Amino acid sequence: MSDRIFGGFGLALAIFYIWAASTIKDSFMVDVVGPRAFPYIVGSIVGLCSVYFIVRPDDEPDWPHMRAFAEIFFAAAVMFAYCVALPEFGFVISTVFATAYLTWRLGTEPLWSLVSGVATSVGIYVVFHLILGLALAEGPLGF
Amino acid sequence: MEILSLLADGFGVALTPTNLFLAVVGCFLGTLMGALPGLGPANGVAILIPIAFSLGLDPTGSLILLVSVYYGAMYGGRISSILLNIPGDEPAMMTCLDGFPMAQQGKAGEALSLSGVASFVGAFVATCGLVLLAPQLVKIALLFGPAEYFVLFTVAFATLGGISSTNQAKSAFAAALGLGIAMIGSDSQTGSQRFTFDHVHLYDGIDFLIAIVGLFALSEVFIFLEHHRTNNGVAPKAATVGRIMPDFAMIKRCIPSMARGTGLGFFSGVLPGAGASLGSFLAYSLEKQAVDRDGKTFGKGDPRGVAAPEAGNNAASGGALVPMLALGVPGSGTTAVLLAVLLQLNITPGPLLFTKNPDIVWGLIAALFIANFILLAMNIPLVGIFTRVLMVPTRLLMPIVAMISFVGIYSITGSSFDVMLMVAFGIAGWVLRKLDVSLVPVILGILLGNQMEVNLRRAMTISDGDWLVLVGSPLAIILWMVAIAGFVLPMMMGRRMKKRMESMRDSEEFVGD
Repeated sequence: MSDRIFGGFGLALAIFYIWAASTIKDSFMVDVVGPRAFPYIVGSIVGLCSVYFIVRPDDEPDWPHMRAFAEIFFAAAVMFAYCVALPEFGFVISTVFATAYLTWRLGTEPLWSLVSGVATSVGIYVVFHLILGLALAEGPLGF
Repeated sequence: MEILSLLADGFGVALTPTNLFLAVVGCFLGTLMGALPGLGPANGVAILIPIAFSLGLDPTGSLILLVSVYYGAMYGGRISSILLNIPGDEPAMMTCLDGFPMAQQGKAGEALSLSGVASFVGAFVATCGLVLLAPQLVKIALLFGPAEYFVLFTVAFATLGGISSTNQAKSAFAAALGLGIAMIGSDSQTGSQRFTFDHVHLYDGIDFLIAIVGLFALSEVFIFLEHHRTNNGVAPKAATVGRIMPDFAMIKRCIPSMARGTGLGFFSGVLPGAGASLGSFLAYSLEKQAVDRDGKTFGKGDPRGVAAPEAGNNAASGGALVPMLALGVPGSGTTAVLLAVLLQLNITPGPLLFTKNPDIVWGLIAALFIANFILLAMNIPLVGIFTRVLMVPTRLLMPIVAMISFVGIYSITGSSFDVMLMVAFGIAGWVLRKLDVSLVPVILGILLGNQMEVNLRRAMTISDGDWLVLVGSPLAIILWMVAIAGFVLPMMMGRRMKKRMESMRDSEEFVGD
């Protein structure tokens, strides 16, 4: 069943892709094949494979239980929030919380997770920013 | 002779103090990443690419750093195979079979030093093979026109699923998905905007580094989040190492095994679609056939069962560099990541690289030789350091890996949109892995998509729109036959091969090899 849903999704993607390819505008430069031919080929392969998934699906994969799903969903949400927070609060503060959340969810005591978050964040800041000179997100406090 | 003088120049490039220092750092980090379960050569190198570039190293320097990581990770995979019975990366799977029983018998130190020597032999011979074979392949590649190149890329995608692939439609889907993503941005030939939907962030296309780090490194974090309840994130108890010094009598007894493993590994590395996992698998199973037909000692701690797959796996990783450097077409996930390194440096691998930038090619090859010696030195006396790293629980390590991925991407793009895109790739990678869709063709599609299209369009321009040009030369027809055979054969024997590999050992989910 998962493969069929995947196939349906792939087919929708292929149709959308081919439609989007057909809207590509020609520029003043032209060559024999044009900018649309290769995307059409690629879109067709995606479509054909998706039809195959619908017709001959593989065995059901080993999906996790609802809890693990929720786990992954919240982890992804925290990562997205982290991306938004980076320019707002700066690298160090955002990283403390993101790391602490992940460490906590992977089975560390909450308090120790916070310790690990602070250690990771400061550690990365010192090694990558202060020593190696990488550009990290700067918040209102400058770090 | 010409090769030797070129190689001597290469050593001149690689032996500067800075480059030597980078090689040592790379070897150390690589072994560390290889040893940690869940972090293999592919995602190890992937995480470090953006960081190496943000540091502003020169092309040769960053190349030396990253190939040292690549070789180091290949060496390091065996450490956790032997001590914990968990392969540090996929090619090290076969080393568990006899390495862990050896460790249980209190011979972990011997197993580690023996496999270190076997890795060295495999990688060293393979690097020599690279020196001899790559220039020959370049001579053939110089005959290629745009049409042949287009077919060559098709060969790469058709064979990438590999002989053990069970569903070729999924490999094809993955490749097309990657190619489709590569099309986003402005068209290199005419400048038309494609699939950008007037979104400013998409005008330059999607940076392949974002896709690689997301698909390889972040999806690993998600897989780990899903599975952590079953192993509680507590580091398993490792066997004690015991004496570290190699047992020379044992090594001497294993020389024929290493030789056979190296030969097999090198060839499976060079062939498209095989790679290091198949190399170590073939080396192990044929070694078993050769010296222990009744299954009396193999699987119970036979040193030859450690030496053969380790030599095979490291020889394959050297062999895999031959098509990558000479043709610009990688055959495995890890070499795809190395291709990303070259492309990021604005170096296009392929025959022209050997004629135009011999200093880079031969400096790289010299760096591989140097890395080998550093790794041998690092892996035998210092193996204790790496075994201690294995004691750090993954629940602390995985978040650090995730954060370093974020740091790397943010430092090269400086935009939170791109970092979010990386998270999206991470989630997509997790879903695709659950559905048994390999991620390597996706990456390769993103990397090669534009080149593949450019070659197709050039061929068409030359032939004035006649599609028959794609089968217009004997070389192209041979390549088409290879592509078709590579795509169809696994449909017939893929399930059987996979079953055999799995019956040897329950395979964990890994990215590429």
